[in-house]
Amino acid sequence: MGELFAIFISASLVNNFVLAYFVGLCPFFGVSRQVSTAVRMGGAVTAVMLLTSLAVSFLEAFLLPPVPFLRLISYIVVIASLVQILEMAVKKLSPVLFRELGIFLPLITTNCAILYLGLFQYARGYDFLQGIFFALGAGAGFTLALVLMASIRQGSELASVPAIARDMGFALIVAGSLSLAFMGFSGLFSS
Amino acid sequence: MPTAPTTQDVVRSAHCGTGGSAALLVETTRRQDLLRGVWKENPVLVQLLGLCPALAVTNTVRNGFAMGLATAFVLVSSSFFVSSLKRLIPHEARISSFVLIIATFVTVVDIFMAAMVPDVSKALGPFVPLIVVNCMILGRQEAFASRRPVRRSVLDATGTSTGFLIALLLMGGFRELMGSGSLLGVRVMPHNFEPWVIMVLPPGGFFTLGFILLALSWTRLRKAETGRMTRPRRWPHGVLTERRAA
Repeated sequence: MGELFAIFISASLVNNFVLAYFVGLCPFFGVSRQVSTAVRMGGAVTAVMLLTSLAVSFLEAFLLPPVPFLRLISYIVVIASLVQILEMAVKKLSPVLFRELGIFLPLITTNCAILYLGLFQYARGYDFLQGIFFALGAGAGFTLALVLMASIRQGSELASVPAIARDMGFALIVAGSLSLAFMGFSGLFSS
Repeated sequence: MPTAPTTQDVVRSAHCGTGGSAALLVETTRRQDLLRGVWKENPVLVQLLGLCPALAVTNTVRNGFAMGLATAFVLVSSSFFVSSLKRLIPHEARISSFVLIIATFVTVVDIFMAAMVPDVSKALGPFVPLIVVNCMILGRQEAFASRRPVRRSVLDATGTSTGFLIALLLMGGFRELMGSGSLLGVRVMPHNFEPWVIMVLPPGGFFTLGFILLALSWTRLRKAETGRMTRPRRWPHGVLTERRAA
């Protein structure tokens, strides 16, 4: 149990996907203008991460050992199909949620955080249960970073930012400061 | 005339869609195809595409260079194939077909690098396989290669990859110079220079790109102020307006 907890904390805080590994930057800058949309995007990404982790465990256990060179291709195909299936399921089960998530779902296919999660899970040799906790931690960390970023951008909407630092320049400096703050977690675990 | 990307453009390009060059059906010459992506529509510095590798692997010049070359190979060859096969790919399945073509070339380059330059491959880690989901590559396929002749697509891909490589070298150079006082592993700063370790750590990536964007928009605004370029449609309020009023 302790080890699973360590995996969760490590994936969400110490090795935050966005702020320490630089994956999933597109939604991090693109969908971080409002806190409410940031929360929804975070939820959608976490759900896809969980499914991806399960799929990767399955692929590595049954299909990929004889054909390792197909790893990348099969991962990306599986992720794209999963997102499509999830989109259809959400549309059928909860039209309200579907309308709220809107365009975010299909965009997750090209989110590098998802593919990175699969590759990382394989490289670390996580088993089924460890993979689930890793995906949950990564999703939580992604959501946390997105919500923090959105809160700062929303809060500074009326601030008088110099003309040269409008929009992306400002967002990048804020992201750098956030990343600096998250480096403080690096002493949390020795491993 | 290229202008600063509007907020909507940034959002659209951040969503890996056909962002950036929205006016893609405007006829261009071959020369423009080649040169456009290098600086005026630089994928990283202007369109803000492919930020993940641009920030993650540029802690040294060597890593940035290797990443730029790997991405260039994938972009040029997949543009060639997408453009040659554009009549065979059904419209509904085009994104998945593009991704499959890209993934094939990424697998090739990943295996090649692991065999030929194992230490570089280890340093880049999972960012070589992650070229598959680089928005810049998919964006060029969707916006250009899937509707243009082969030769022009290859020209466009070459220009865009050159721009990507330039951006990576710029960032890698600055971060390595500041972070470890050296360039390509050779020490260039005076011996009493204290390296800014933060520049080779993750926050340095964000700060470096932030500084470069600030510098670019500073020159852009100055040009607008001195009237050498057309004035932006909406005059950005802030420092400059105050100075003008004073």
